[in-house]
Amino acid sequence: MPELLRAAFVIARRDFTATVLSRAFIFFLIAPLFPILLGGVFGGIGARVAEQASKPVVAVAMAPAEFQRLSEVRNRLARAVSEDRMISFKYVERAPDDWEAQARKLLAEPGTNVRAVVYGWFGDPLIMGDLRADDPIVRQVGLMLDEAQMPPLPSPDLKVTKVEGSTANLSQKRALTGQLGQMLLFFLTLLLAGMLLSQVIEEKSNKIIEVIAAAVRIDAMFLGKLFAMLCSSLLGITVWVTAGAFAIAGLSSGGLTALPVPAVGWPLFLALGFIYFAMNYLLFGAVFLGIGAQASTAREVQTLSMPVTFAQVLIFGVASTAVGSPGSPEALAAAAFPLSSPLVMVARAAEQPEVWPHLLALAWQALWVGLILWASARLFRRSVLKSGPQRKWWKLGRGWASQDRRRRIPD
Amino acid sequence: MLRQAQHERIGGASPGEFAVEARDLVKDFGDTRAVDGVSLAVPQGAIYGLLGPNGAGKTTTLRCLLGIIDPSSGTRRVLGTDRPLDAAHDIGYLPEERGLYPSMHARDGIAFMGALRGLPLAEGRRRAETLLAAHGLGDWAKKPIRNLSKGMAQTVQLLGTLVHNPRLIVLDEPFSGLDAINQGKLEVLIREQAAAGATIIFSTHVIAHAERLCERIAIIAEGKVAFEGSVDDARGKLQPIVRLKTRNADGPWRSVIPAGAERRPGEFQFELPKGGPEPLLKALIDGAAGIEALSIERPGLHEAFVTIAGEAAAAAMGAPIEEAA
Repeated sequence: MPELLRAAFVIARRDFTATVLSRAFIFFLIAPLFPILLGGVFGGIGARVAEQASKPVVAVAMAPAEFQRLSEVRNRLARAVSEDRMISFKYVERAPDDWEAQARKLLAEPGTNVRAVVYGWFGDPLIMGDLRADDPIVRQVGLMLDEAQMPPLPSPDLKVTKVEGSTANLSQKRALTGQLGQMLLFFLTLLLAGMLLSQVIEEKSNKIIEVIAAAVRIDAMFLGKLFAMLCSSLLGITVWVTAGAFAIAGLSSGGLTALPVPAVGWPLFLALGFIYFAMNYLLFGAVFLGIGAQASTAREVQTLSMPVTFAQVLIFGVASTAVGSPGSPEALAAAAFPLSSPLVMVARAAEQPEVWPHLLALAWQALWVGLILWASARLFRRSVLKSGPQRKWWKLGRGWASQDRRRRIPD
Repeated sequence: MLRQAQHERIGGASPGEFAVEARDLVKDFGDTRAVDGVSLAVPQGAIYGLLGPNGAGKTTTLRCLLGIIDPSSGTRRVLGTDRPLDAAHDIGYLPEERGLYPSMHARDGIAFMGALRGLPLAEGRRRAETLLAAHGLGDWAKKPIRNLSKGMAQTVQLLGTLVHNPRLIVLDEPFSGLDAINQGKLEVLIREQAAAGATIIFSTHVIAHAERLCERIAIIAEGKVAFEGSVDDARGKLQPIVRLKTRNADGPWRSVIPAGAERRPGEFQFELPKGGPEPLLKALIDGAAGIEALSIERPGLHEAFVTIAGEAAAAAMGAPIEEAA
């Protein structure tokens, strides 16, 4: 085994066992439960609030037969459109006189949630409420009154001929699959990025860095750390996926399977998704490791993490422009830019059937992982270990004449 | 046994060759020159001391030699290669700032340091257990390093430096932080390693350690090598000191006393004249000095250091017999 890989393996093995066997890793594993639980709790509350708030109740103070007819029309429409989008009717016995006063009284009643009152009769309907003339409630009620006054006709027997996705529809849906893949990659990398920033802090604070730097190349240390973190992350993701099997089972009734088959097929798409996650992680990891290695303290790492997160979001934004138009110049540019390449290519796998661009992209990305690691290691040696000759680019033209101006180190 | 095998494996180095050579090493940190043209040669199998006050450039020199940092200019050659990391498997290094992973077990910490330098992990663990037991830390082998005392942790790190049986052992201020007993143990360990064939370089600002252990030394002051050679050569820079006590206060014998001699009540102290002790003794007897006491003492390394590096550097080194075991 080449020395670089052997040394990287030694570092990776230490880091991986130190990470996985620590108590903190348990918290890492159960971390996704917190947003799910919070989402469940607040989502439930929110849904109830939304249900109550967004479903306006319209009181109908008309003759019982008229209310009956209106209700039938409403229910028919609700089946065709969606119950969530429909107003609800509440029957109110019509006052013998002064219908307007009755409507005002209904609206003023506390705790009824009545947004509007429809009164009068089909020949001369009136609506009262805090509404504009083009309010969706007014338009819905108007449509239903229209329909309710027409004589009922027998429903036509509409015959359905299923076509396996029209071109436009299929590409739209595949774009959605690509977008979902992109988002998954982005969020997983975003969640795990913080750990990479602080990878070298342990060695620096424990002063082991000098022992390591004297024994192995810094490239090997960076490579080892990167792969240790990748393995820890993959272990975490495997546990999350396994533990979330019931959720996947839930999705199978219409979630994941409702998505159209990606252009390269599901098995290859999932395999590519896995590989692109690894590549995305390695690319960002190499950058973050390099940036984080410059920090001396945990506080500095925290300060660095915000701009780094913004940069990730920006790159995600660039990559998302490629979804839906994988052949556009923007998409090709984003695929060529190493940090957005995995995100763009995973979306491309959903939209385009060719496999060779993926092989090309993976080779390109692997090359950049190596280049970034190499540059990070050089930067670390130069700026942290203060290794090598000190050359400032703005002094390159002046030669080495500055020797006399150098100060002596004090005793 | 293993070291002998390693010698055979490395092959090219014969006993007369230098384990480490440096020529005109310069290291700048911004506008500060930490190492200024250091040249030295460490023979294979020698115990070699880098002497100098704090801030003299000893650690930076060692870091350049080991390849932790590259020099701004100059050349270095370690165990036959000018890329020191290529010889890392044959080098053991104890940095001045000790560092271990606190959560690691003592045994695993040693094995990890060996693994970094190419020793298989299982073999490293086996050797670590043996070494820990030999140094009275057998019961601590499977305890986290954070539970160890500072002295124990320092021993663990030293054992990690030696676990892969290196041919070259570099120790940066190895005695600092150790009590007198452990300093003595470390001196014994250094001698054992040297007897087994390893080359040892250590830096120190305590002259007594260098005087007791080293065959060769380099005195570094202000980033420069002020002297390089054997301890005897360093002492040879000064003439022996004569202490003379006579019964007679005056007489012809006074003509042999140098003009700059230090005079104390009833006693003279001066450098032995170039001619040596015999002419001096003859002149004293012939001149009827009435010798009561006469001693000729070789100057210590401290005196030599003062002469070579200057009073300021010597003052920065501290008392002549400091922290002596």
